[in-house]
Formats: sequence, C-alpha cells, structure tokens
Amino acid sequence: METLNLLMQGFATAATPMNLLFALVGVVLGTAVGVLPGIGPAMAVALLLPVTYNLEPTSAFIMFAGIYYGGMYGGSTTSILLNTPGESATVITAIEGHKMAKAGRAAQALATAAIGSFVAGTIGTALLVAFAPLVVKFAVSLGAPTYLAIMVLALIAVTAVLGSSKLRGFASLGIGLAIGLIGLDPVSGQQRLIFGQPLLIDGLDIVVVAVAIFAVGEALWTAAHLRRKPMSTIPVGRPWMGRQDWKRSWKPWLRGTAYGFPFGALPAGGAEIPTFLSYITEKKLSKHPEEFGHGAIEGVAGPEAANNASAAGTLTPMLALGLPTNATAAVMLAAFIQFGIQPGPLLFEKEPDLVWALIASLFIGNTLLLLVNLPLAPMWAKLLRLPRPYLYAGILFFATLGAYAVNLQAFDLVILLVLGSLGFAMRRYGLPVLPLIIGLILGPRAEEQLRQSLQLSGGEISGLWSEPLAIVIYCIVVVVLLLPLIIALVRKARGGRPSTLEEVTMGATPEAAEHHAVHRSAGTRNPQDTENATENKEKV
Amino acid sequence: MSALTTRLRGKSELGIAALLGILGAVVLWDGLHLQTTFSQTDPVGPRTMPIIVAGILLVCAVLLAVNVLRGGSGEAEEGEDVDLTHPSDWRTLLPLVGAFVLNIVLIDVVGWVISGALMFYISVWALGSRRYVRDALISLALSLATFYGFYLGLGIPLPAGPLEGVL
Repeated sequence: METLNLLMQGFATAATPMNLLFALVGVVLGTAVGVLPGIGPAMAVALLLPVTYNLEPTSAFIMFAGIYYGGMYGGSTTSILLNTPGESATVITAIEGHKMAKAGRAAQALATAAIGSFVAGTIGTALLVAFAPLVVKFAVSLGAPTYLAIMVLALIAVTAVLGSSKLRGFASLGIGLAIGLIGLDPVSGQQRLIFGQPLLIDGLDIVVVAVAIFAVGEALWTAAHLRRKPMSTIPVGRPWMGRQDWKRSWKPWLRGTAYGFPFGALPAGGAEIPTFLSYITEKKLSKHPEEFGHGAIEGVAGPEAANNASAAGTLTPMLALGLPTNATAAVMLAAFIQFGIQPGPLLFEKEPDLVWALIASLFIGNTLLLLVNLPLAPMWAKLLRLPRPYLYAGILFFATLGAYAVNLQAFDLVILLVLGSLGFAMRRYGLPVLPLIIGLILGPRAEEQLRQSLQLSGGEISGLWSEPLAIVIYCIVVVVLLLPLIIALVRKARGGRPSTLEEVTMGATPEAAEHHAVHRSAGTRNPQDTENATENKEKV
Repeated sequence: MSALTTRLRGKSELGIAALLGILGAVVLWDGLHLQTTFSQTDPVGPRTMPIIVAGILLVCAVLLAVNVLRGGSGEAEEGEDVDLTHPSDWRTLLPLVGAFVLNIVLIDVVGWVISGALMFYISVWALGSRRYVRDALISLALSLATFYGFYLGLGIPLPAGPLEGVL
C-alpha cells in the first residue's frame, strides 16, 4: 500500500506540465537516437549530461528515462526497415522483422514491435515497482563486505560473460579502474596518478570520460570506416495490425516479458540472451513454424517484448543497489553522481520524490512512446536519410561542446581527444567499452567498501567474507569465471554435442547464424567469427 | 627483411599490449610512492587498490601479447554505418583530428562561435560533403544557436572571444 501511495506521489510530480515536456523531449530524442545509426541511448544521455547541469535532477532523470526507453523503440525500426541491427539485442528482430518488411508487412512488423514494447515496458515497470522496494529492504541490512562482493560480481560478470574475448574485457576493465584512481584518495587525501598536474586533482570528470569513449571514439571509428553507399530502406506506411496479427502476437509479448525482466535485472544478464530464448520458444510453440525465417510475426513480437522488459529489469539493480549492468544504466549512474546524489540502497529513502517520479515517468514515457511511434513511423524512417557527414560531424561538435561546458576549460578537450583516441583504438582492436565505464564508476565505490570492510575487522583479511551472503556471492564469481571450463567439460562428457545454453548463445538457429554471418562484412573473416552471435555489440 | 619484422607484421595489436603494460607500470610506480602510515581507521591504505589495478593491467598486457603472437586478434567493432571491408581511412581521420586540435587551440582565443563553426565545417568536409556554401551556413547556424542556447537557456557563458560585445 505504501508503495502505491509513493507511486501516486511520483505520478503527481511527473505529471506537471514541465516534467511532461521533459518526458516528451526524452522519448522523441530517444527514438531519434535509436533510429539514427552510430548513436544510441548511452551516448545520448552522456551528451546531454553537461546540458542538464542546471536542471532540476528529477526533470533530468525523467528525460533520461525517456531516452532509454525510446532508444529501444527506435532500434527496432531500423532493424525492420534496414536489416541493420545496431545492437545485438535487436539482431533477432531483424531476422523476422526484415523478412516481414520485404514481404510487404512492414506495417504489421512495426506495429507488433511497438505495441509489444509498450506491453513489455509497462509490465516490466510494474515489476520494478513491486521488486525494487523489496530489494532495498533486503539490501539495507547488508554490510560493507557483502556490497564489496556484489560489486566484484558485477565487475567480473560484465567483463567475463559479455563480449567475445574475456582477456580484452579484463584489459578494458583495468583501464577503467586505473582512470577511476586518478585524483585524491578519499580516505588519506593523498594524490594518485596526478603527475603534478593540478587540473587532475579532482579526478577526471565522468562526463568527459563517458563522452570521450562513447561519442568521440564512436564518431572517429565510424568516420574511418564510413560506408559510402547508404543502405536502402523499405518504404513504410502507418503501422497497423489485423485481428489475426493480434491473436498471434499477444502470447509472445507476455512470454517475451517473462524472459526479459529477470535477465535484465541480473548483472550481465543483458538483453541478448532473453531475445534469443524468446525466439526459440516462439518457434517451438508456433502453429506456423514453417513461417519462421520467412517473416513470422511471433518472431518479432516475442524478442521485442523481451528486449524492452530487460530494459525495465536493468533499472531494478540500478535504482535499488546502485549497480549498473549496461552502458545506459552506467551513464545514468554517472548522472546521479554528477547531481551529488549517492546511488545505492539508501536512494529510495533519501530521494523518494526523485525515485518515484522517475518510475512514474517510465509509465508515462512508455505510453508517450506508443503515441509517438505508431502514427509517426514513416517520419522516423525518413531520419535515416540524414547525410552522414552532418551526423558524425554533429556528434563531434556536441561532444566538444558538452565536455567544454562542464568546466569551461580547454584542458578537458585535450582529455576528450586522448580518451576519444583510446575509444577508437579499443573499437579497432576489439576491446569492449562497457567494462571500462563500469570499472570507472564502480572502482572507487568498491575501494570504499573494501576499506570499510577491513576497517570493521581491524585489518583482518577474513573480514572480507565475514557475512554469509558475501561467501555465496564469491562462489558465484568463481562459477562465472570457470563457466567456460565447465561448459567445455560438459561438452566433452556429452561427446562433443553443444549444450542448450551454448546453442542459444551461438545463434540458436541456422537463420540466426546465417543472418549474423551476412551482417558481418564479407572481408577479413576467420571461421570462429560466426560463433560469437551474442557479443556485446550494444549500441551506445 | 629480418625474421623479427616478418613476425611482427600485422601485429599492431601488440601496441595495445604495450599500452596496457606501460599503464600498469605507471599505476604501480605511482602507487608504491604513496605514503602509508598504518592506522587503525584505514588498514587497507591508499596503496592497495593501485597495486591490484596495476596487477590486472600487467597480467592483461602479458596475456594479450602472448595471445597476439599466437595469432589471436580482437574483432573490430561493427555498426550500421561501418564498412569493415576497407582499412581505416586516414584521409578522413587526420583532418577530423586536426579540426579537433584546432578547436582546442582556438576556443579560448577566438571563442566558441568561430572555433566551433570552424571545427564543424572542416569535419563535414573531411567526412565527404562538398556543398561548401550550405555547409558554411549550417556550421555558423549551429555554433550561434548553441552559444545562445547555452547562454540564455542554461546560463552557461561560452567564450565569445573577439566577438565579445557583438554577440
């Protein structure tokens, strides 16, 4: 009951004309960045961070939430009309969705994606309302050792589970942790990695780092490999669905939601695995399995719902524990820090107005998205024709502007360029960027918990596992690290047959694998490439 | 060509391993130079975390070098507008970086409106647009709009440079 009251208060805050406007701006921007190539919700939020310095935090977060959900909607539009899934989460949507579009059923594909996203987003947000307070209630009873364990798990899981090369993931994590060290040590006040440069004493602004890695790195990388021939889009009318489409869509929506939410809430669960699972399930349960691979509507409805439900799931650990599990959540967490709000389980207690207005705005934003997306789909498709020089020059322009506006010093632009080049190199050599950002954000907080844990135990190292839950979590960490070894052993025992999980992560169906292979450029390719269908190619 | 250079061909990824190694060494060196006075309130001290981070970096550097020498390579990232069939296009990249550096040098001297417009204009040109007049107008419009938007909308005064008083 108390939760409902708080939620109602949240609606009261979120429904003021000013905040509704921010929600609308957020969903429109979010859809636009989801549709536009090369720019995704994490980059959009990062670019907007400096602009929101002087805003009311609540309004800023309402806008960010709109961008986050909007990016999910926009992404499906590109997959269906262009067959270029910008993020791995929409790879599956592209398989059936693009086939549908080619068969003249683009309108139905877009409609089932949009309505499915709405259904999943709404149910997912309701689950967030139900679960987040429970998680908080549980979390406030935990001590520093358990928090440290949770953070270690998040860092390891994001690094080791996602991405195709663990080694490169850990390298990226190390760089992020090192960047997080720069500045004054919060306990002893000593300078770390400053090299006598006074401008570094406050550490690197997370905003500048995020903009550099996401926006500058991405723009430079794309510029170096710009596709000179624009891809052809399929023209589309207003999305709609017939009776038969509704009948075939509603169950996949619900099942997709059931897959998406829990996976989104796990550290490193992500959106890829539930979309694959949803696709397989629908294919198995469908009365028209022969249509799969040729444009089955269930194959769009289920995965799209899973995708959006996982977005809602991601917000649960983000708000309840201060734990980011994907790039957008990481940047939103950076935003909390920028506004001087301490993320973590106390957030619900200290900033109830903000949290509940944010959650209420998710419901509002989701509804706005449906209204913005269904009638305006043809307009969004036109956005794809934006000349690429303007798009990428624009990203660099706004990245510079944003980073400069934080402190009005040209020194930040030097850092922007240096870290932007790092972002370029990481994309060139296959180092995932997500571990870097998560390491940068969680590193200093993990150190704080580490020092607190050992302070409590008087320096005894056993203080690290003095709480039973911490031991359990460290066991999970070990399992996560040893997982590939375990899978290999199981496979050996079974006589070389890949396990089901492996099947899922390797692209489940011939179509998926084939699609993935086609999507990859035809140039230099080694045979193991096709195995990595679920690498963490999250569009930032 | 000596045997060594043949072996190192196409192994530019070793540069990443070297970078990780240098970074790890710097973090370690910096961490070891921190003063630690054991105290009951902070038994961990400021050195522990840098040493852990340096350890991760150094181990990754070594493993990555071994991995690359054994023929492993990271997969370049894909994207909607990314075409990996051609190598990095330095003729696009260098002018882009040049425009960026020019902006860093100029921004405090000539102000955001001029340096920002200049950066956008050169970037658009580097990326392949050849509509000189339209590009110039868009560049100017963008930098003016952001200047006033930040000043009036957000209360952030971007530098005006010599145009101070005009704008």
